[in-house]
Amino acid sequence: MMDIILTASRQTLYMVFFSTLFSVILGFIPAIILTLTAPDGLRPNKIVYETLSLLVNIFRSFPFIILLVIIIPFTRLIAGKAIGTRAAVVPLTVSAIPYIARIFETSLRETDPGVIEAARSFGASDFQILLRVYIKESIPRMLNGVILLIISLVGYSAMAGTVGGGGIGDLAIRYGYQQYKTEYLLVCSAILIVFVQLVQMLGNYLYKKLS
Amino acid sequence: MIILENVSKSFSDLRVLKDISIEIQDHEIYGIIGQSGAGKSTLLRCINGLEDYQFGRITVDGVPVSVKDKKQLHQLQKKMGMIFQNFNLLERLDVYDNVALPMKFWGMKTNTPEAKKKIEGLISLVGLEDKIHVRPRELSGGQKQRVAIARALVLDPQILLCDEATSALDPAITREILDLLQRINRQMGITIIVVTHQMEVVKQICEKVAFIKDGKVLAIGKPEDLFIRPSKEIKAFLHESSELLPDNGVNIQLFFTDESADEPVISQMARKLNLDFSISWAKLEDFRSNIYGSLVITVDEKDKDKVLKYLDEVKVLWEVLS
Repeated sequence: MMDIILTASRQTLYMVFFSTLFSVILGFIPAIILTLTAPDGLRPNKIVYETLSLLVNIFRSFPFIILLVIIIPFTRLIAGKAIGTRAAVVPLTVSAIPYIARIFETSLRETDPGVIEAARSFGASDFQILLRVYIKESIPRMLNGVILLIISLVGYSAMAGTVGGGGIGDLAIRYGYQQYKTEYLLVCSAILIVFVQLVQMLGNYLYKKLS
Repeated sequence: MIILENVSKSFSDLRVLKDISIEIQDHEIYGIIGQSGAGKSTLLRCINGLEDYQFGRITVDGVPVSVKDKKQLHQLQKKMGMIFQNFNLLERLDVYDNVALPMKFWGMKTNTPEAKKKIEGLISLVGLEDKIHVRPRELSGGQKQRVAIARALVLDPQILLCDEATSALDPAITREILDLLQRINRQMGITIIVVTHQMEVVKQICEKVAFIKDGKVLAIGKPEDLFIRPSKEIKAFLHESSELLPDNGVNIQLFFTDESADEPVISQMARKLNLDFSISWAKLEDFRSNIYGSLVITVDEKDKDKVLKYLDEVKVLWEVLS
């Protein structure tokens, strides 16, 4: 039992870590474009903003389990195969990008417009404002968003079992639920609770430290 | 010198600035006063190019302010520091880095000994040497505005624009901030333009003032001239109602807007003309530490001409109230 649980834990960590990493990197780009082109942004552009916003919404409205299935060809292209822990990172990342993009956009746009105006009054360029004001001031808020993302990815990763991703959540379903092994269900749940708790505590600590 | 000639601006259908012409001399503390929504903040933002205007001309030392010429505007913005009602400091930077920020925008090094000396010098100028590595959230409102003032001075501007800079502060702190602005004006020779709706601000530091209502300049002059003998609109702005005056006899209002305020005009008049009258209303006000005032005396109809003649002789401004 220990072995199985240990392997599953490693798989969960693997999936959550890489899908968080990739989605944060890839989600940052649309977030910046949304922030810049928003009506109150530095370069308001209704067409770009609305189009990108719609795209983000479309991807966010897919139930994860469906997205998982319909992007199988894409998964195969990226990961080389459609099944396994590594392959599961692809749909997890794809579903997380619009989510984190929206969270980053909201965090960035919460920047006090007065501070932006002050920077403009001192002759800052748009790029400097983006870097030194928007991004710098939003780091704690964006970090909070990443914590939220990690915690929801833990949940989503349970569904990755469908494509052979493995992981704690999958273990709980297959052993604990389908095979009536209550002890697996309990241990897996306990591990997930502890993990989420630790992530949240770390997040709160960093938020305090950074803001 | 800053010159605004017939400046007009609209937001879609709404005309916010109507044909505004103002001249601001070097080293002057110039007030722009009016109610909220009168267009004064917009006017200030036109001066440093944060907002565009459609008609007229604004020049700073002969250089036109225009958002079309980005390069020239950029250079002009370096000449003008600005402070705001809500301080607008960066929450995640400490006092030192907040003050240093404009230098970073200009690609200047902020960790060289000279830069350090300058930034620390400004921080002690505003009296925050013991808060140098404190974040804004740990500062009071007045301290935050001091940081903002130091930040606005870091690029060695010739002009300091203040947008309702004391409106979020209590009266005692307001006085301290105004003292600091006055000191900066005197010591460094920086021209200061203050936009405000607070009479106290104008009275304490402004040498000249423009009164704005509904996007129009209604009066320009020395604050003591404008406010001791206010026009109808200014009276409305000051919420001054007509005073309750006696209706037997003639009411004469006297204005003391220069040195005459120091002289015992009233008692001298009573003695010289050997007549009695009552003082029905009076007001004294302090403008830049000088006392100016106005009072209403009630005299008998038969003494009226005598009194007015005397007042003309001693050069006191008067007005007969009906």
